[in-house]
Amino acid sequence: MKFSEEQILRYSRQMILPRFGGKGQTKLIEAKVFIMGAGGLGSPAALYLAAAGVGTIGLADFDRVELHNLQRQILHRTPDVGLLKVESGKKTLESLNPEVKVQIYSERITSANIREIIKDYHLVLDGSDNFPTRFLVNDACYFEKKTLISGAILRFDGQLSTFKPHAGGPCYRCLFPQPPPPGTVPSCQEAGVLGAVAGVIGILQANEALKEILGIGESMAGRFLLFNALSLIFQEVKILKNPSCPLCGENASIRTLIDYSQSCQPQACTHLVDKAYYHLKGHKKASHRQRNIQQP
Amino acid sequence: MKEIGTPGIQVGRELNLKGKICPYTFIESMLALEEMESGEVLRVIVDYPPAVCDVPRSLKNEGYEILEVTPVNETDWAIFVKNKEVE
Repeated sequence: MKFSEEQILRYSRQMILPRFGGKGQTKLIEAKVFIMGAGGLGSPAALYLAAAGVGTIGLADFDRVELHNLQRQILHRTPDVGLLKVESGKKTLESLNPEVKVQIYSERITSANIREIIKDYHLVLDGSDNFPTRFLVNDACYFEKKTLISGAILRFDGQLSTFKPHAGGPCYRCLFPQPPPPGTVPSCQEAGVLGAVAGVIGILQANEALKEILGIGESMAGRFLLFNALSLIFQEVKILKNPSCPLCGENASIRTLIDYSQSCQPQACTHLVDKAYYHLKGHKKASHRQRNIQQP
Repeated sequence: MKEIGTPGIQVGRELNLKGKICPYTFIESMLALEEMESGEVLRVIVDYPPAVCDVPRSLKNEGYEILEVTPVNETDWAIFVKNKEVE
């Protein structure tokens, strides 16, 4: 690929990295990454992917910018309050890097449209703020064989993992088979979140996306990262494919996408988190770290 | 025209990077090599003194073979780089 003078100037600081060069930059420019959510996690993730020169970024969010978003959703500015988040986000990303093609999806993502939307992307990043979407994204990625980089935050905690069931690894449901019932887990609106925690996890999602595109480093597939901002401790646990997983297990019961409502009534997640830890290789039952962390 | 470097080095391509500074001297050298055949020799001309060391060192770290680094005149230097095996 021939690079313009401006591209060489713009990407010089990463092109000189070991074994990166023009070939690495070409991979980024040809990559297409879909980001579910233009909020706390999607904002930093999208910014760093655009800065790196990822050629196509898909941004999905049906919400509008509100003042309380600006504490952490750094894609948006005060004058953008009232705008659709994807429009505000597109404006910011194009200002940072005009070479990036930003495709926006302001419609609600459901079982009816998600597979069609994500099928042309190489990677999916989940920065959604609700369980129905989180599980929908996971299931769609499974059926479309897309690598999913999932992040979640609440209060001072964050989580991250990469799911590649199509490559033999676990999916999100291997860990959390069903969404928790409404009311069992608070949202950021109810519990709060430190803005910088969104930054940490969102940027790590971008980091993992770049690694997957470039084929460098060690993938987070099969690894689950737990972060606490107060102690600044990162913990990592191994996660395994669950043979009883309802989606990717041996006798999978989920064959089509599900539009869970916000008022769905599955069993509580807490004991499922316990079960999930039994699958963790060499891991004793988690003590204080069992949290139902989900919403950015 | 005075021959540059050791006689007998078959140069496949010359890259004139006079006026360019680091790290662009390294980047453009690397981009040129990525487009060349296995074992082909690139001659890079630089006039930025730090580049005389930085370019060979950086290219060597990337697996390229530096055949020679030689002055051309009072300001310019020639760096002869042999391309690695192309996958």
